[in-house]
Amino acid sequence: MQVPILRHGDYLIASIQSALTDSDLLALRQSLVQQVGSARARAVIVDVTALDVLDSFASRTVQDLAQMIRLRGAETIVVGVQPEVAFSMAQLGVRLEGVETRLDLEEALAYLAGKRAPGKRTREG
Amino acid sequence: MYDEPILAGIPAVVDSRPGTEMLRELVTHLRQNRTPVRGEWIRRITEADWLTAMTSEEVFAEATSIYDSYVDVLETGSVEALQAYARNLSERIIPRGVETHEVVGIVLLLRDVLARSLFKKYQTDFSLLNRVLDIYEPAANRIANTVAVGFVQERERIIREQQEAIRELSTPVLPVRERLLILPIIGVIDPQRARQLTEQLLHGIRRNRAKVVVIDITGVPTIDSKVANHLVLTVEAARLLGATVIVTGLSPEIAQTLVNIGVDLSKMNTVGDLQGGIEGAERLLGYEVVPIKEANVQAATHG
Repeated sequence: MQVPILRHGDYLIASIQSALTDSDLLALRQSLVQQVGSARARAVIVDVTALDVLDSFASRTVQDLAQMIRLRGAETIVVGVQPEVAFSMAQLGVRLEGVETRLDLEEALAYLAGKRAPGKRTREG
Repeated sequence: MYDEPILAGIPAVVDSRPGTEMLRELVTHLRQNRTPVRGEWIRRITEADWLTAMTSEEVFAEATSIYDSYVDVLETGSVEALQAYARNLSERIIPRGVETHEVVGIVLLLRDVLARSLFKKYQTDFSLLNRVLDIYEPAANRIANTVAVGFVQERERIIREQQEAIRELSTPVLPVRERLLILPIIGVIDPQRARQLTEQLLHGIRRNRAKVVVIDITGVPTIDSKVANHLVLTVEAARLLGATVIVTGLSPEIAQTLVNIGVDLSKMNTVGDLQGGIEGAERLLGYEVVPIKEANVQAATHG
């Protein structure tokens, strides 16, 4: 199943709605890394609320995805990790380093908005 | 099949007609000799130093009720009333520290005292005594069983309730401010409690939409490597949910243990005490606690 990638201002939002196969995950990674450039996105939000399980491959893919997106000049925020998923990820040793995590989409958008506000660069500055 | 309910389910040892009569005679005997037999029973209870938690009037009242329901059971063969009474009695006496051996002992004493009175009555006719005992003994054993089981069940029910209460109390997740949770932990953390703690914390974060969690372990005397690692995993998992965890109140012993066993604590936010932890959490949430006077001054200068 393909994951829809939505554009929202400067951000890309990928909302995973059902369990993904490994190849779906790789396809998602590929298209996100591609679109982050073409859309000139500042941040990518990956919503995993609907996932009850996140196996080691999926966790690693998300982690790799974040690294790649960072190299492409944007930031990744993972939102909606379920409590059980969070603990099993921690047990698997998946730390999602360098990835921001937020409770849900709303939180992530608030975080991005807050980040932008104080650092707003004007021409005079 | 049997007329006399007391023999229901018990193989008949005497033919049924005399059995019924014998039972009637037995019950009448016990009713007539209520005062002396009860007196003897209470004397032996006191002698055995049982029920010291109760006054002699209470012992007398309970003994009378037990005696009467005992005879009723013999007569009707139905233990339901006795069961209810035993449960009720257990409920009243367990909180006063009456032990299982006392309850069982008392019921067995009554059985013995009654048997003695039967020996005395039928001492001249051995075969008649035998037949009376055939009726009396199974019923008496059943009664002893009923009371003992009732008492133990009541105890177990209380223990279960208390365990439940302790479990619930052991890991409270307390919202102290919007988006700030406190998780005070008191007592030793065993693996089961650690698991429960993680579950409560992670669900608490989701439920309260918490951003910062302060785990206070001032009340935890020691920690082993398994639990320490579990704690680290919990902190990681909380971060994946988008919350920051601050651990406060690590005792010198725990600090030494954690370093000695080589737990990776680089990702853990630690603050000396709960107060510092809450202050740190408030900073993260963008709060600043200002005395009212100063706040008024600030408001005045800005306004």
